[in-house]
Amino acid sequence: MTIAMSSEAASKATAQPKQPAGDWGYPFRRLLEQLLVPVAALLIAATGFAIFLVFLGTSPLDFASLVWRGAFGSWFSFQNTLQRAAPLLLTALCVALPAQLGLVVIGGEGAVVLGGLAAAVIGASLSALFPPLVILAMAVSGALVGAFWIGLTGWLRAYRGINETIASLLLAYIALAVFNHLVEGPLRDPASLNKPSTLPIGEANMLGSLPGMNIHPGLVLGLVACIGFWIVIQRTSFGFAWRVTGGNLRTALLQGLPANRLIVIACALGGACAGLAGMIEVAAVHGSANASLAAGYGYAGILIAFLARQSPLGAIPMAILLGGISAAGGLVQRRLGLPDATVLVLQGFIFVSILASETIYGRFRWFQPRGTA
Amino acid sequence: MRDQHLVSRRTLLQGMAAGTAVATTGLGTSRPAFAKDLVVGFIYVGPKDDYGYNQAHAEGATIIKKIPGVTVLEEEKVPETLDVQKTMESMIELDGASLIFPTSFGYFDPHMLKVAAKYPDVQFRHCGGLWTEGKHPKNTGSYFGYIGRAQYLSGIVAAHTSKTKKLGFIAAKPIPQVLINVNSFALGAKSVDPTITTQVIFTGDWSLPVKEAEATNSLADQGVDVITCHVDGPKVIMETAERRGIFCTGYHADQSKLAPKGYLTGAEWNWSKVYEAFVTEAQAGKPLPNFVRGGLSDGFVKTSAYGPAVSEEARKQADSVKAEMIKSPDYAVFKGPLKSNIGKEVIPAGKSYPETAIELESTDYLVEGIIGAIG
Repeated sequence: MTIAMSSEAASKATAQPKQPAGDWGYPFRRLLEQLLVPVAALLIAATGFAIFLVFLGTSPLDFASLVWRGAFGSWFSFQNTLQRAAPLLLTALCVALPAQLGLVVIGGEGAVVLGGLAAAVIGASLSALFPPLVILAMAVSGALVGAFWIGLTGWLRAYRGINETIASLLLAYIALAVFNHLVEGPLRDPASLNKPSTLPIGEANMLGSLPGMNIHPGLVLGLVACIGFWIVIQRTSFGFAWRVTGGNLRTALLQGLPANRLIVIACALGGACAGLAGMIEVAAVHGSANASLAAGYGYAGILIAFLARQSPLGAIPMAILLGGISAAGGLVQRRLGLPDATVLVLQGFIFVSILASETIYGRFRWFQPRGTA
Repeated sequence: MRDQHLVSRRTLLQGMAAGTAVATTGLGTSRPAFAKDLVVGFIYVGPKDDYGYNQAHAEGATIIKKIPGVTVLEEEKVPETLDVQKTMESMIELDGASLIFPTSFGYFDPHMLKVAAKYPDVQFRHCGGLWTEGKHPKNTGSYFGYIGRAQYLSGIVAAHTSKTKKLGFIAAKPIPQVLINVNSFALGAKSVDPTITTQVIFTGDWSLPVKEAEATNSLADQGVDVITCHVDGPKVIMETAERRGIFCTGYHADQSKLAPKGYLTGAEWNWSKVYEAFVTEAQAGKPLPNFVRGGLSDGFVKTSAYGPAVSEEARKQADSVKAEMIKSPDYAVFKGPLKSNIGKEVIPAGKSYPETAIELESTDYLVEGIIGAIG
């Protein structure tokens, strides 16, 4: 009895209907569905936004051409887009990884600032050492602190039954307060008078640009992390255990999976990614930790993860899409005289449209398995 | 697998663009858009209609727009991250900007310095007084205003108007620039009535409207009847003060519209003067100065017109002190002996610091008469 229920639920958890023998076209149709639905959603969002622009008295065609030019139209613009996408890849994972277990963690910003702070402190105190070693130590400390912070959320969820969404959000506020206190107090570089910062990590320890590009290595790290975690989730028994736990907690427990421990691990791994994002900001951009670290990357990651339907792989194009919109935002402001909020409206249209399109999956029979009913 | 749809979106956009923008779009990074004009870029950290820091700069930019042969580019709400570097590069690469004003303090290091090193032909002038000869690139520079004296004048008017003899100051962070303003305001008030107190509240960041409103309400509840501030956008503070029926003095820009009854006066920037000077020199092909700074007497700073609640007596005293300040560049608000509010002597007897004194740039105290603590 229990075994029958569990296997049924497990197959539900993986959300892959059995493929009837002989229906060789089904995998292709499934892929097509996964591509067509978001494209249609984007088209609908673009149409809605075009109508909005017409009401504002702006030509949607001008707008589109500027977005193209500012985000993708030249190597300069595309690098701008990729650069903006880089931190979002890592912070999206902070949402997408716990989401595999059915958790909604929205406090990545806390892990970003604390990870960045830890990296800055370690970097400044080891700054005389061999630079690659310093970078490594910074990355490890940033990831560990981020992992601890979001892992704490997972622990509260698993062992104390506290709602992880609220817990992570409130912990993010605490993280910011702790961060501000330390940067403006005990850890402040006395030379940073009007912009309180920690001691600089030193020019020698800064991450440069990728060869031949104007993009920092955080992009590569983000891409590797997204692809790596996608493989873990889709192709390993460890990832399968996550998905089973997310699909049906009772099933997971009946199968003897250590669900509580998995929750903490997934949260900690997500937090490690966000902490790394903070470390990259320090090592590649700011050179020290200061209030500029809290630039909202943690919150933007939530948007990316939901747009990508919590798929680490899907986070890549979504981060590029949002990176492109923000890269083009400046050009739109300058050329059309529209306020900055215009691109937020566009993001809003896209967000709502893609989330609403969730319900379309599986509605069209043509995409479904054929043969046996 | 999902990036497939991106390609099709891109193709779609390209198709849409092709019809209208063949002439201007292209794929190049050349700078054709405003080739004839001097293109000047302004970058703001917040909305340019914030009734505060950013609006003060945007008002300066508006004056520049009227100069023939000048094209002004503006971008608002640009965070102090890689975003601002990209914004500067984009202004240069896509719009041909040759003079850029990144107006937020945090844009300087590392952002502006990095971009400036990459584009030696483009001039950058940053608001904040951080530029040092020999240390920073030659195509960069600073402009900076001393606004403490104007806060002192606000303090005089506030002290005359207050009935409870309790003033309030809502400040962002306890950094030297802010502390100079808090101290100047309190000293101005004390010059009218030595017993008057100024309660200071630090909100912790430059733009926290909810906390600012809460702070205003809590000050009003404690009997404070004149409030001023040093935050990026004083809007909610002025509006809340007006709603509570108390008085306020403004900061950064003119906020009299927000509090028509209670607005007394205010310490405002007059950036148009600075921008005009830079732009006309750039147009004439002259080298731009690397460092300019000034205060009330140089026209970098001004005071708001007096509101209806300001008494004749207050006007008279404020005007006469103002005239004295404008006449004498050495006019010192900070004179010894001066004690901090924890009883430490901060300026010994016989010493006085005019607004340009280097000692003031590391201010880390609140003067006697201020209720509140740093950190």
